[in-house]
Amino acid sequence: MKKLLTLGASAAALAITATSAMAGSHSVSACLITKTETNPFFVKMREGAQQAAEEQNVELSTFSGKFDTDFESQITAIETCVANGADGILITPSIPDSLVSAVNSARDAGVLVIALDTPFNPIDVADMTFATDNFEAGRLAGAWARATLGEEGAANAKIAGLNINPAQPTVGVLRNQGFMHGFGIELNDPNRWGDEDDPRIVGNDVSEGNPEGGRKAMENLLAIDQDINVVYAINEPAASGAWEAMKAMGTDPDDVIITGVDGGCPGVKDVEAGIIDATSQQYPLLMAKLGVEAIRTFADTGEKPQPTEGKNFFDTGVALITDKPVDGVPSISVAEGLELCWG
Amino acid sequence: MAADSDSYEESVRTRREEAVAEFDAHESGFIGTIHGILHKYPFLVPLMVIIMAIIVFGLINPNFWRVGTLSLILQQVGIVGILGIAQALVIITAGIDLSVGAMLVFITVIMGNFSFRYGIPAEISIVIGLAAGALMGFANGWMVARLRLPPFIVTLGTWQIILAANYIYSRNETIRSQDIEAEAGALQFWGEIFSIGGARATYGVVAFLSLVAVVAYILSSTAWGRHVYAVGDDKEAAELAGVNTDKVLIQVYTVAGLLCGIAAWVAIGRFGAISPGASTGIQGNIQSITAVVIGGISLFGGRGSIIGMFLGALTVGVFEMGLRLAGADAQWTFLLIGVLIIAAVTVDQWIRKVSG
Repeated sequence: MKKLLTLGASAAALAITATSAMAGSHSVSACLITKTETNPFFVKMREGAQQAAEEQNVELSTFSGKFDTDFESQITAIETCVANGADGILITPSIPDSLVSAVNSARDAGVLVIALDTPFNPIDVADMTFATDNFEAGRLAGAWARATLGEEGAANAKIAGLNINPAQPTVGVLRNQGFMHGFGIELNDPNRWGDEDDPRIVGNDVSEGNPEGGRKAMENLLAIDQDINVVYAINEPAASGAWEAMKAMGTDPDDVIITGVDGGCPGVKDVEAGIIDATSQQYPLLMAKLGVEAIRTFADTGEKPQPTEGKNFFDTGVALITDKPVDGVPSISVAEGLELCWG
Repeated sequence: MAADSDSYEESVRTRREEAVAEFDAHESGFIGTIHGILHKYPFLVPLMVIIMAIIVFGLINPNFWRVGTLSLILQQVGIVGILGIAQALVIITAGIDLSVGAMLVFITVIMGNFSFRYGIPAEISIVIGLAAGALMGFANGWMVARLRLPPFIVTLGTWQIILAANYIYSRNETIRSQDIEAEAGALQFWGEIFSIGGARATYGVVAFLSLVAVVAYILSSTAWGRHVYAVGDDKEAAELAGVNTDKVLIQVYTVAGLLCGIAAWVAIGRFGAISPGASTGIQGNIQSITAVVIGGISLFGGRGSIIGMFLGALTVGVFEMGLRLAGADAQWTFLLIGVLIIAAVTVDQWIRKVSG
């Protein structure tokens, strides 16, 4: 139900911004700066921004880095937008700490800066953050895995964690810690993954969020313990790599619970095919769409977007996708997930 | 300085002047005159491209003509521009340095970590960083000159070595802008802003322009500068003429490393933070080579000027900004820069023909 509530809240916010936008008619311009152009997640984001830009009569320019860590191109993009008199900037920061100076100058110049998907540190470097609650995304997957195993199964589980990289970016920490918390594992420092003392965790490794990395990480962890039966993966590509590793190493992947987070179309299809058992879906289209609408409102009324109640960012919602629903954990079906997916 | 130079330099200089005179005598007509002018001043080609681009982009979007926008372009090309000076020096000796971007990123990390991990005053960390740059450059030069390894291979290797060392040493940790500002302000010196006549610029722009001026002067008007050209033009001839070519090569690579150090310091000022994952580590070499090539410097060595490289870097910046302000997709920028590279080399070949 919590999921439905967040989606409902987003829809309500959407309706409010839509009506207020009718009032404005002067020219408003916005920039969307993503990490890369090729990742389907950002393609979907761009789609959402373009949709909203047309509806709201906002002139939209889009920019991106050449690869995931290319913050230099993002700084250039911010400067270009400011020079061109943009009213607002939507950005998924590649290396948030490296963009603080540029974002500060943009805000000093009176530009509304909204972080999409990836928060800055501290989060108020940007005027507002529109993002998935990644802790909640992980928690849903963890709670589902626990309920699926049942009381006794959960007590004897052997868990493998497939994370992003050793730098422990926030998004990976939140998903991992959310999963562990949802599974009922006691967390130590919630800002780090891998420091839990629970013996049920066989180990944590890094996957770079892709199938090659997921496979290698799973191989490493299976070498520690062949009997792993719960896998938390940072995203579906890493999860599918883990599935390949189990097949190759003689573990029947069907006996293992594999969960992911993200909700891209290939990932949801993996859930359909039974490779992944459940995944938490996020909504990039909504992030960008709400972002453009917030810029329109800001340009018309000077009003800045407000965070979701009880959080320090605007939660764009998350839903667990599985065809094996369990009591106490809200979820949507694969068919529904496929309608909302991206990529 | 020129007056007390040794006689062998005189011969180099005199010979070059004769070649120009001879070429002028052979050509005639309008095309011939253009040929002659371009041969003497190859940087005129990128200069004309820039002027035309500025006019066209300004007509499309008047925001482009703002002084602020033009000053912004200088800030944006500054770092690649300083790397370009280093790259130009090396390429004039008929070499290439693939490690410039990696050196830059590693040096930012060294400067940052000496300040924050070891608590050394920022000013001293900066000197250590610059020295590390010179040392890495020296290593490149030593392998090229003494071990006689091809520069492409040497720097392909050191590029990977330095990049890996960078990730290992930094533990992939970003040092935050706020922390640097509070505790090691000197690192961000070149990021400070000043304004002349309403135009805002950073000290980094001044550093870039000054380095262009100084190195351009050294290359064109000092004995050492002429030796650099001589080594690139014809190493054996230079040796026979008494130039210690190995020494010149090592010096050039060392200076290139030092310039990467300065670029690193400027980069900290511009970005605020220090990030081992900076994309310059991977694409800084290609970006600097692009500036050099568009600037009319021959990859075969011995020809081209720092002013040309400066204009080449500026061309890239003008096109990036102009196309984005015109609302074009980013891919068009890369496509056009690709066209510019090939056009630049084609024109260069055409100019070279007459010098036969």
